[in-house]
Amino acid sequence: MEQKLVALSGNEAVAYAFKQAKPHVAAAFPITPQTEMMHKYAEFVANGESETEMILVESEHSAMSAAVGSAAAGARTFTATSSAGFALMWEVVYIAASLRLPICMALVNRALSGNINIHCDHSDSMGGRDAGWLHLFSENAQESYDNSVMSWRIAEHMDVRLPVMVNYDGFIISHTADALRMLPDDAAYDFIGKYKADYALLDVENPITVGPLDLTDYYFEHKASQLAAYEKAAQVIKDVSQEYGDLTGRYYDFAEEYKMDDADLVMVMLGSSAGTAKDVIDEYREKGVKVGLLKLRTFRPFPNAYLAEKLAGRKAVCTLDRSASFGGQGGPVFMETRHAMYGLQVPVHSYIYGLGGRDFDLPQVATVIEDLQKVAAGNKMQDVNLLGIRS
Amino acid sequence: MSFIKNNDLHEGGIIREAGNATEYSTGDWRTYVPEFIADNCIHCMFCWIYCPDTAIEIDTSGEKPLMKGIIMEHCKGCGICAHHCPPAAKGNSALVMVREEK
Repeated sequence: MEQKLVALSGNEAVAYAFKQAKPHVAAAFPITPQTEMMHKYAEFVANGESETEMILVESEHSAMSAAVGSAAAGARTFTATSSAGFALMWEVVYIAASLRLPICMALVNRALSGNINIHCDHSDSMGGRDAGWLHLFSENAQESYDNSVMSWRIAEHMDVRLPVMVNYDGFIISHTADALRMLPDDAAYDFIGKYKADYALLDVENPITVGPLDLTDYYFEHKASQLAAYEKAAQVIKDVSQEYGDLTGRYYDFAEEYKMDDADLVMVMLGSSAGTAKDVIDEYREKGVKVGLLKLRTFRPFPNAYLAEKLAGRKAVCTLDRSASFGGQGGPVFMETRHAMYGLQVPVHSYIYGLGGRDFDLPQVATVIEDLQKVAAGNKMQDVNLLGIRS
Repeated sequence: MSFIKNNDLHEGGIIREAGNATEYSTGDWRTYVPEFIADNCIHCMFCWIYCPDTAIEIDTSGEKPLMKGIIMEHCKGCGICAHHCPPAAKGNSALVMVREEK
């Protein structure tokens, strides 16, 4: 399959991916660093390259509400946000998942206020990790594009019917030009397919009620039904990714395994920082240190069994969180990875790094690898460590 | 993993049967009940328009619609119908709220 090599920012690449799905409706409200994605999309609509109906709403709460209304009506729908914008939609984000609406959203990761910070960290996405959405993470523009194309197939699959958010790092990926290959429009649309809704309010032949009052006698069963969908979602993610790989030559799984085969020391992390980590891993590999990286792609559903399998038998594991769970034990990646490792006789410790866009640099990765070596040699590390902070 | 027997039955809490609220009886919530005095009724349909539920029975088989009475399965005894009945102004209301004996 001929795929053009282009230079685009992450935001532009995702705008193209969403356009290729020919969505019926987009709800748009700006927030740095997502704004340019919707700007690009608005350009497509203005130029007649897309027939998407764009609803310019008055807040992110409205954006998600409009998306829910549109998807419930039976339209293929998307939106995009970051940080406080995502926080503002929090109430409706749960509703989108509970109503089983396959809305796709670009979440351009930015730190939550306070204080006001426009730069990258994962606190926004992590704040909504229990809301019922599927969370995919992307390292670069290529992955942002690929995840965005696949998101429709995953969300709309009849075994799933859950909203999907495609995460990519604010400014680092959203704004920097990167090289990537994109599918031709026809091929992308063929892969994504025509939208088939499970239910639609506009289907007047089959009138329904959406979102009724649900009291103590039935709410729990509805939630039980929703809980059952996530294991199926994991399988669908695998299957769709396999099909996408066959089409494009780029294969994805629950995580990218970088130099993992014989790794004694493993780093588990999300997002663009993995790119930085890989460079330092290469350096240490040349010195004979057997270090590897598991770059998680799916955070929800969390690939518990997959991680347990990949981390078994290692000498030392650490996780890197670009967010903190205040009052918890470190960050979400740590807590969930350690949970997956329950029963394994493998030491694991964690780092919190890069909050508010604090640069994640090569020396920080070197520190992590040195620490892993110390743990493998029998030393103990504190459970939660801060990386890259002024002492 | 399935936690309940039939996931499909409960997905999204969507109610796929249109208008099934008619099957849900709310009549046992009443304290007062409207007594219908057919002789006073001018069949203006005000009670039907104002009823917040669907508790007014109308016969539409003839030339003009006729008020037939109260649908007890749904009447919650709110009294709005009796409040708006026009003949009440002349002291001959077709709907009078009385304490229901249970």
